[in-house]
Amino acid sequence: MDIHEYQAKEILASFGVTIPRGGIVYSPETAENKAREIGGSKWVVKAQIHSGARGKAGGVIVCNSPLEVAQATDKLLGKKLVTNQTGPEGKIVNRIYIEEATDIEKELYLGLVFDRSSESIMVVASTEGGMSVEEIAKEKPDTIIRSKIEVAVGIQSFQARELAFGLGIEPALIRRASETIIGCAKAFSELDATMVEVNPLVISKQKQILALDCKMSFDNNAMFRRDKVSELRDKTQEDEKEVYASDRGLNYVSLDGNIGNIINGAGLAMASMDMIKLAGGEPANFLDVGGGATPEKIVKAFRLITMDKKVKVILVNIFAGINRCDWVAEGIVQALEKIEIKVPLVIRLAGTNVEKGNKILQESKLNYIQASTLEEAANKAVAALK
Amino acid sequence: MSVIIHKDTKIIIQGFTGKMGTFHAEEMIKYGSNIVGGVTPGKGGQKHLDRPVFNTVKDAVKNTGATASILFVPPAFAADSAMEAADAGIKTCVAIVDGIPSHDMIRIKRYMRRYSKTDKMTLVGPNCAGIISPGKSMLGIMPGHIYKEGRVGIISRSGTLGYEAAQQMKNLNIGVSTSVGIGGDPINGSSFRDIIEKFETDDETDAILMIGEIGGPQEVAAGEFAKENMKKPVIGYIAGLTAPKGRVMGHAGAIVSAYGESAIEKVEILKDCGVTISKNPSVMGDTVKSVLEKI
Repeated sequence: MDIHEYQAKEILASFGVTIPRGGIVYSPETAENKAREIGGSKWVVKAQIHSGARGKAGGVIVCNSPLEVAQATDKLLGKKLVTNQTGPEGKIVNRIYIEEATDIEKELYLGLVFDRSSESIMVVASTEGGMSVEEIAKEKPDTIIRSKIEVAVGIQSFQARELAFGLGIEPALIRRASETIIGCAKAFSELDATMVEVNPLVISKQKQILALDCKMSFDNNAMFRRDKVSELRDKTQEDEKEVYASDRGLNYVSLDGNIGNIINGAGLAMASMDMIKLAGGEPANFLDVGGGATPEKIVKAFRLITMDKKVKVILVNIFAGINRCDWVAEGIVQALEKIEIKVPLVIRLAGTNVEKGNKILQESKLNYIQASTLEEAANKAVAALK
Repeated sequence: MSVIIHKDTKIIIQGFTGKMGTFHAEEMIKYGSNIVGGVTPGKGGQKHLDRPVFNTVKDAVKNTGATASILFVPPAFAADSAMEAADAGIKTCVAIVDGIPSHDMIRIKRYMRRYSKTDKMTLVGPNCAGIISPGKSMLGIMPGHIYKEGRVGIISRSGTLGYEAAQQMKNLNIGVSTSVGIGGDPINGSSFRDIIEKFETDDETDAILMIGEIGGPQEVAAGEFAKENMKKPVIGYIAGLTAPKGRVMGHAGAIVSAYGESAIEKVEILKDCGVTISKNPSVMGDTVKSVLEKI
């Protein structure tokens, strides 16, 4: 789960990280007052969407008066911002963060991630702040320094100091820099985060160490014990169909193609999508109804797929194990009594009692195309497009 | 002897009396697995499915001599249960459950470092289908009948894609020595490399089919291990050719976030390691067959 910049800043501030003064607004009217309340003579108006690279997309505006702040807020609110991370449809701006402008002396990069190779939390830092970590890794790999956190004891002061000195920070600021790094590491560990990124972490001309832009992501599997974090979810930033799916216990990812698919198991779903691609088609989605493929899940899956107007063919691929094909077939027949399908439907059942399952489908009133192998299913789905 | 589990392996079920635990315990018993009892805290002393229930894993191990366990406990309690098994001297623990927080998985793996290599439990999963040695024992939730007895080892992240492979092989009259589902989470108990190493020394396995997917370094690590250390042929398939970068594809671990994690990149690296690649998921069985014919 992702959260907004301002939410990440509030969290990190509570762990001892210094952030510029700022506040959130939802309308141009309140923006002007908020700027006065923050004070100073220069402000930055930042569109809050779940994406990086907002600056390049016009989502960050520097203003020299409260009136300009109001105008910038007015310009951004309600707009769909398209960045290189949002996809062509962009993301809607419903919240604006207003922040005092910072006199930047130096921009640094600080990130924390799960490192799957060492199965630990890794701190990654670089003197090249402001660029994405991918760009840094490609263009300035020598500037990257890393430190592995031992989860049993958490980050140690010496590790934070080593990182701070490694970033070339002047001795007088090492203590604050270490506290900042430790704060981020604690937030990561204590809140079940999967990513914390401060980019840039800046040293201001006034010699303050400030988190100028922050991103945090959290482990969906841990939200049962993170009530306060899960309240920060902003569904307006997620794909509508993906929200519908996640609310109903389905694993769904919306894609650009036109062959909708309903599959049990994530691996089999990815494999089926691969087969569609190899057959010359493009999948409209990833959808895993779970290994068991219960009738309830199948009904929900058909409802979801029929919401997607791009879908011109539906491919159902279920490998039934203990749940048996006959039972799955009955589930499909029942589902399609409730939901009308207007596009060609290809069904491939495999596994336990496959003959019985196919017989149930054939004897039903269902108008569908039967397939027996993965390859045949994909080929028939692509052929049905024409 | 088959790897990890054998015909006589004594198995306990953690979360024995729950709905999931009961259902799958019955399936495993039907298959012929040696289920000797189970654990449900607070229900110790009762009988369930004609087998004793214990309050703790230690009690169960002491009274039954169990060496393997399978977890059917909710994700929030799974880490605790896995550590309890490790501490009670269980040698093989399968965690079926999907949804264990990653921070908990790191904690489990860190906790298990307290044991010496010989005393250390093999944790398989989470978010997996478990282990089956066809005709001998099943420590998992797979449909046992789709696996024919034979001499090919399977390692798969995905449950149903592993079934698909076993079925394709069965249709070609190729059997399986042991199939291990290592699960779809970013941090798991056993990696491809851990299991492939066991298969290399297993005298009942002639070749290994490795079914991977996008995300993480494990498939490549196993390929590199195979290149350096293995004599048995390895066949591979990587799912997720069409997966967009940066999106989680169902499995928490199926996300491309770094170089070498996409399906195309993994396939190229595995080829360089001498792994025979199944060009699509429909020909996993055929690819295994062609490799076996060359042995």
